[in-house]
Amino acid sequence: MENTPGPVWVIAEQIDGRILTVSLQLIGQARKLAYELGASVEVVLLGDELDEHPQQLFAAGADRVYLGSDPRLAFYQPELYTEIIVKLAQERQPEMVLIGSTDVGRELAPLVAARLETGLTAHCIDLALGENGILEQIVPAYGGLISIICPEKRPQMATVARGVFPTPELDESRAGEVILLDVPDELPRRVQTLEIVREEPEGVPLESAPIVVAGGAGVGDLEGWRQIAELAKVLNGALGCTRPAVDEGWAGMETMIGQSGKMVSPELYIGVGLSGEQQHMVGIVGAKVMVAINNDPHAPIFEQVDYGIIDDCREFVPVLIDKIREYQAM
Amino acid sequence: MLDIVVCVKAVPDPKEADKIRIDPVTKTLTRADVPLVLNPLDKHAMEAALQLKERFDAHIAVLSMGPPEAGKIVRECLALGADQGVLLCDRAFAGADAYATAYTLAKGIEKIGPYDVVFCGMASSDGSTEWVGPELATFLGVPVVTRVKEMVEFGEGWWKVKASLEDGYRLVRVKLPAVLTVTRELNTPRTLSFSGIIKARKKEIREWGVSDLGVPSDLVGLKGSPTIVSSMTTRESKREVEIIGGTREEKAERLVQRLVEAGVI
Repeated sequence: MENTPGPVWVIAEQIDGRILTVSLQLIGQARKLAYELGASVEVVLLGDELDEHPQQLFAAGADRVYLGSDPRLAFYQPELYTEIIVKLAQERQPEMVLIGSTDVGRELAPLVAARLETGLTAHCIDLALGENGILEQIVPAYGGLISIICPEKRPQMATVARGVFPTPELDESRAGEVILLDVPDELPRRVQTLEIVREEPEGVPLESAPIVVAGGAGVGDLEGWRQIAELAKVLNGALGCTRPAVDEGWAGMETMIGQSGKMVSPELYIGVGLSGEQQHMVGIVGAKVMVAINNDPHAPIFEQVDYGIIDDCREFVPVLIDKIREYQAM
Repeated sequence: MLDIVVCVKAVPDPKEADKIRIDPVTKTLTRADVPLVLNPLDKHAMEAALQLKERFDAHIAVLSMGPPEAGKIVRECLALGADQGVLLCDRAFAGADAYATAYTLAKGIEKIGPYDVVFCGMASSDGSTEWVGPELATFLGVPVVTRVKEMVEFGEGWWKVKASLEDGYRLVRVKLPAVLTVTRELNTPRTLSFSGIIKARKKEIREWGVSDLGVPSDLVGLKGSPTIVSSMTTRESKREVEIIGGTREEKAERLVQRLVEAGVI
């Protein structure tokens, strides 16, 4: 007789009482995986004043919601959140645990994985069931894709960015069971979030921008970066970048597009001075038209776009800006 | 006096890392002679330690796990001003995922001795998981703050730091000893000085293997890694590229024309 597999878990997240889109997307994907496995979908949600929220999680595909709703959980508290989730996971023995690649998820996931003595795959761009129901966790690397598995340890854990999976249609007729979680009496106190300060982002938000201009190491220097910022501005688009551009200090981490950054799906994408590494390219989901500007005709980016300009971007971008302005003035 | 450990990683030079590719036929990695360099974010971890040393007086131990060639990045950190260099180097350590790496580094730190703080870069440019810092802290049994972008206050036995959020920050109070992973916003790394390089020549780098750490070899490297790569594929593009030719002016004009026709600008 076959054993019933453990549940598929999603650690959901909320900010100021709003469930994050990525959490709903993960519940949608968990539903598919659970269906194939013959397992149930369980969601863990921690925060304060969350009594109304489980319905949305059920509508997205959850069968059971473990709810920790307490003023002491209002902010993400690393030790307390880890403690609650680890204890519950040891009890429930989930087969898989999916977590959003968010500010919180990126710290909480490894804390939980290490305590459960299991593996954790970072920033997956697909999750599928392979042989024997093992989770194939797909990540971009070395110009292609690699599949990572966690064959022996359980749960199989993965983080996924917003926009990798579609937001499921909410089925308000679905219902499920809510189980309230207790907050331990002995609160761990070694690391405490005292305050969370949100700052207003500048410019057009990347995720919803119809036009995205992205720059890479080939942009060369800050002067080159100003030029592509100008290109983005002229097009009323958002400016994104690759990891090397972040490392160079030209752009902020929050504008990075790709596996460990943002997922974008613009009408028009223009990649400037970047080679077309998969870690970046997987972040451009279903762009309508793609353009590359690069002086290396062998750059892999030219195999992945609709229009290619082989030229020094430092020389070409100012000319392009002029031509766009001419067109706009017509 | 603070005791600081900085964990650093030798990574393929990010400027040339795209030479390492999946062979479309054999589905294995093509060998390319890409030099190993100090992981970019680890320079900020090192700088954080050096600034504390200037302010409070500190002993800085640099710890890396890697092949013998990784010794050169440990040497680089000694030249920057670290006092002690340790390379965890053993065939048994090869093939480690983030979990086994964190475990091995934790054993190295325990062997180095008591510490107040461990600094790591937020992520490595080749693995980019961000897992090693938090998993290391778990193995050491100490708290962690990831993505530290500002040190706010240095209290007696605790620090206050700002952890970077996508749209702001989290103000965190953390009890020492602790692991802190840092972002590039934290500081501007100094460059190597000639005198530093000369001084570093005299400093010894210790190499520790499985027996030095006293760890079972099935808990490190590939054997100690819960995750493994099961397959590799190349990614096919569905787009057919048109390379737009002509003079620079013509290219720009033709591109604008195509984008207008496509209705995207």
